[in-house]
Amino acid sequence: MSRPPRPRSVRPAVGRTVLYLTLVGVMLIFLMPFIWLLVTSLKPVEQAMSLPPSFVPRAHYATIEGQRREVIREYELAAPGAVVAWTAGPRQGRREALPLAAAATAVASGQATELYRVDAGWWRVTARPAPGDDGALPWAIVPPEDLTTTIAPRWSNYPEALERMGGEPAPPDSPAAASRVGFHRFVANTLLVCVLGVIGTIFSNAIVAYGFARLQWRGRDAFFALTLATMMVPFPVLMVPLYGVFKSLGLIGTLTPLWLPAFFGSAFNIFLMRQFFRTIPEELSEAARIDGCSEWRIFWRIILPLSKPVLATAGVFHFLYAWNDFMGPLLFLTRKEDYTLSLALQNYQSQHGGVQWHYLMAASAVTIIPIIILFFFAQRTFIQGIATTGSKA
Amino acid sequence: MSSTRQRSLLAGLGFTSLWIIGLGLFTAFPVAASLYYSFCDYSILKEPVWIGLENYQQLWRDDLFWRSLRNTLFYAALSVPLGTLVALALAMLLNQDVRGKAFFRVAFYLPSIVPVVASVMLWTWIFNGQFGLLNYALAPLLAPFGLEPPLWLSDPTWAKPALVVMSLWGVGNAMVIYLAGLQNVPKHLYEAADIDGATAWQRFRHVTLPMLAPVIYFNVIMAIIGSLQVFTQAFILAAAAGGGDGTGGSPARSTLFYTIYLFSTAFYDLKMGYASAMAYVLFVLIAGLTWAATRLTRRHVEDAA
Repeated sequence: MSRPPRPRSVRPAVGRTVLYLTLVGVMLIFLMPFIWLLVTSLKPVEQAMSLPPSFVPRAHYATIEGQRREVIREYELAAPGAVVAWTAGPRQGRREALPLAAAATAVASGQATELYRVDAGWWRVTARPAPGDDGALPWAIVPPEDLTTTIAPRWSNYPEALERMGGEPAPPDSPAAASRVGFHRFVANTLLVCVLGVIGTIFSNAIVAYGFARLQWRGRDAFFALTLATMMVPFPVLMVPLYGVFKSLGLIGTLTPLWLPAFFGSAFNIFLMRQFFRTIPEELSEAARIDGCSEWRIFWRIILPLSKPVLATAGVFHFLYAWNDFMGPLLFLTRKEDYTLSLALQNYQSQHGGVQWHYLMAASAVTIIPIIILFFFAQRTFIQGIATTGSKA
Repeated sequence: MSSTRQRSLLAGLGFTSLWIIGLGLFTAFPVAASLYYSFCDYSILKEPVWIGLENYQQLWRDDLFWRSLRNTLFYAALSVPLGTLVALALAMLLNQDVRGKAFFRVAFYLPSIVPVVASVMLWTWIFNGQFGLLNYALAPLLAPFGLEPPLWLSDPTWAKPALVVMSLWGVGNAMVIYLAGLQNVPKHLYEAADIDGATAWQRFRHVTLPMLAPVIYFNVIMAIIGSLQVFTQAFILAAAAGGGDGTGGSPARSTLFYTIYLFSTAFYDLKMGYASAMAYVLFVLIAGLTWAATRLTRRHVEDAA
């Protein structure tokens, strides 16, 4: 075979460069939405909805009526003009920016006085609402050198967004205020569903999996096959009768349907734990049986302590599932004070989504961040858990 | 039956008793009940009344049923192959001997654990026709061709593709599974292929793919089952667009997916018998596709071997 000789050192180097460039490029695409989420959540609303999009939340300052304060930049003047104060006529008492000719006419008519001249390239700015402002916000047209800009993430978006998730701010004693729900309720509901579900998942599935993995009994394998087959059943098939079951138990409109089933096992977790239990040497159980240990004691004292990794995997994945679940809460919850975070976020968005992007992103970030923290604490459990479940199946 | 065998049976049933109750109450009863309801006129408020095949006959003539089925199949036909390809490609990139593998793996995996509700909020914002990041990036690329980027989620033609893009962001889970599968491929197979002078493609086609086939099979089945039940994303979009209950399939019913229609039939129209018939059609569809996928992979695995 006669292949043209390749310069050996160049090709791998080019290949590796391409490989790393691809990896970094794809990584940026995957991380960009997170970055955009955080950036938007830290902007004032008019900066969130401005073009071109900026990756830096800023604060602008200017002097308005002799006072240095934070302002919203509105637009840049294209032509010179003047700011006049109307002293008579229909707009008496108001200030207005006019083109030079119009300003001159107004002043000549005696209805207005000229306050100051403005030039092309100057900015019209309005004061950002601050506590204590009432009525119309003051504005001014300022030269660019008067306008200063700093990088300023608006952390206050977060408490404001969370407050709004429970209902629009309303004066106390009003009916609207009475129907508001504190954000802590959503967190408490979600944590209750997650924690009870995790406890139920770990214990029920471990007990059941022990029965399938470590005991010999008639019908075991057929029952296990049936168990695996239930994983194929799509949730919509179960939805209507499940609703009926919980309705007849009087549990619709409570959080119970969201955690109770976890205490009765799930096919996937039984499978997962069974696989793990089967790898524990049988000699350990045999020795304990000879010593007169009951099966329950063997399970509790020998198998369970050896199975922490798989218990952690099942627990972490149930937590993730329960935290992220939307359809369950949508189906079973009726009152806002029972909502979980996912449902509360969706409810907020369906009412105010189109405009308050900064608040929506802040509220979304709040539901994402705990999951990411959980991931970084349990990274090995996550990655190994998925890897084993996916490739052993 | 000897007393030891009886005792062991009792022990087995004892340990699995929680699951026996769970299986009965939360799976077996619902599966049987919804089959029965599918032949009934049933709202949760009144007892079910047997009407035979009427629900199924009505489904056959229901335009919205067919539309929701078409929408769902379209979504599945795009998202399952694309998701598999992207996940597999990312896994193969990471399976190279690269530095910082753990870091890249985290970056690709993280989106898959983001709560669906939050990820829909985020992508709605990115896809926003006016202020969205995506169109800001696309507009200058399309401008030389005289094209303008679509309004994505507000455009009936582009809403489903946009949802597919959203789903691709979450392929990290499958990627981790494929990566584990790739790492389990014995090294000596590649060495043997190298000795035989195999090209990169031949190594992929005759070593990687056959060794990975069971893992791919499992993931594709799960992806099909998942994509046919797509719900939350479309529900949230429709609720935001309509300001209503999220079952309209906005824009212009282009995201009226099967499960959305089923949900609204059951819980807003309270036609639970009709919804149960829909659920059973979905059940049969999923079972059929799973069977077909099994047949296909089996042949493929045999071919490759």
